[in-house]
Amino acid sequence: MSDNPNNWPLWEIFIQSKRGLEHKHVGSLHAADAQMAIENARDVYTRRQEGQSIWVVPAGAISSSQPDDAAMLFDPADDKTYRHPTFYTMPEGAKYI
Amino acid sequence: MTDVQNLEERFQAKIDAEQKIEPKDWMPEKYRKTLIRQISQHAHSEVVGMLPEGNWITRAPNLRRKAILLAKVQDEAGHGLYLYSACETLGVSREQTIDDLLSGKAKYSSIFNYPTLTWADIGAIGWLVDGAAIMNQVMLCRTSYGPYARAMVRICKEESFHQRQGYEIMAVLAKGTPEQKEMAQDALNRWWWPSLMMFGPTDANSPHSAESMKWKIKRQSNDELRQTFIDRTVQQAEVIGLTIPDPKLKWNEATQHYEWGEIDWTEFNNVVAGNGPCNKERLAARNKAHAEGAWVREAALAHAAKKAKKEKVAA
Ligand SMILES: [Fe+2]
Ligand SMILES: [Fe+2]
Repeated sequence: MSDNPNNWPLWEIFIQSKRGLEHKHVGSLHAADAQMAIENARDVYTRRQEGQSIWVVPAGAISSSQPDDAAMLFDPADDKTYRHPTFYTMPEGAKYI
Repeated sequence: MTDVQNLEERFQAKIDAEQKIEPKDWMPEKYRKTLIRQISQHAHSEVVGMLPEGNWITRAPNLRRKAILLAKVQDEAGHGLYLYSACETLGVSREQTIDDLLSGKAKYSSIFNYPTLTWADIGAIGWLVDGAAIMNQVMLCRTSYGPYARAMVRICKEESFHQRQGYEIMAVLAKGTPEQKEMAQDALNRWWWPSLMMFGPTDANSPHSAESMKWKIKRQSNDELRQTFIDRTVQQAEVIGLTIPDPKLKWNEATQHYEWGEIDWTEFNNVVAGNGPCNKERLAARNKAHAEGAWVREAALAHAAKKAKKEKVAA
């Protein structure tokens, strides 16, 4: 956020808590490079075995949708309840469906 | 209706519906400013709070206590980072936030301007100071600003060991020799009132509280939190045979709360104004650490740049 080139850049941190699970965003930190960001993330976000894998992403590299556009952006899914299994009426007595 | 009015109404409707506000959402400028002030003060408190405890790491009575205290102080550094990181999402640079602490412009919790004179003070801090902080932090897990609430959830998970290790220190001392018990009682005597001050001015004297409640930045008033803390802590003191230094303390059967004496608000205001026993020492320590770390920050950047260049050549 600061343009001062003498400051360490900001990294967004993602932690995978267990094998097989997704990496989840946990916060951010400043570090000189990716390696240091990983090591600092280890110290800050996994002091109690909260993780077994870490992703670090330069904060500036993330693009995001705008909250004001949310209604329009997600509108296509609003009227498609037939995408959910509960939409369908099953004949009485049918099993395993 | 003007556009801003409209936006403000939609903002308040979101808050009323218990929806979190996220960094890119529109928010009133005053909401943003209040949060920046509160979150940065909170972050500074975590960081400055390491100093009184750090004072005893090398003198902890045994290896177990030393490892615990080190872990606790390290946690506080982490808490500072989570909060600085939340603060940065509001559009203020980390550099600016830190500079405001170092120049003395920003405030931090006054409790850390008291000295840690004996080992029992480490017990009293964990039990009372972390205990009081937890009351506030549990409430803030439900604060309306998403990144702040998420930082608080993380912090609260880590805090409960802080309070327990402090209470354990006090319990052990209280069961020890008469001198040890006396030391524990003395620490309680000195830390009790400043801990009650941590909840801030009385509701009648906190002019900004109403707005913070409306915006659900705060969810409970200073006086409510203070009362709950007293009710819980008095019982804990009884269990370990220590006496709360308040002659007016009395259980009220009708209200099911303790009645208690008067906080010395002159002392409170004095410490806030910078005249506490350790204000100058704390700021000097932070400035020294920051200045002495400057070459490390520069060297790390230079190293990163060199490495990036090498990798480019190799590719
Ligand atoms: Fe903390
Ligand atoms: Fe703590």
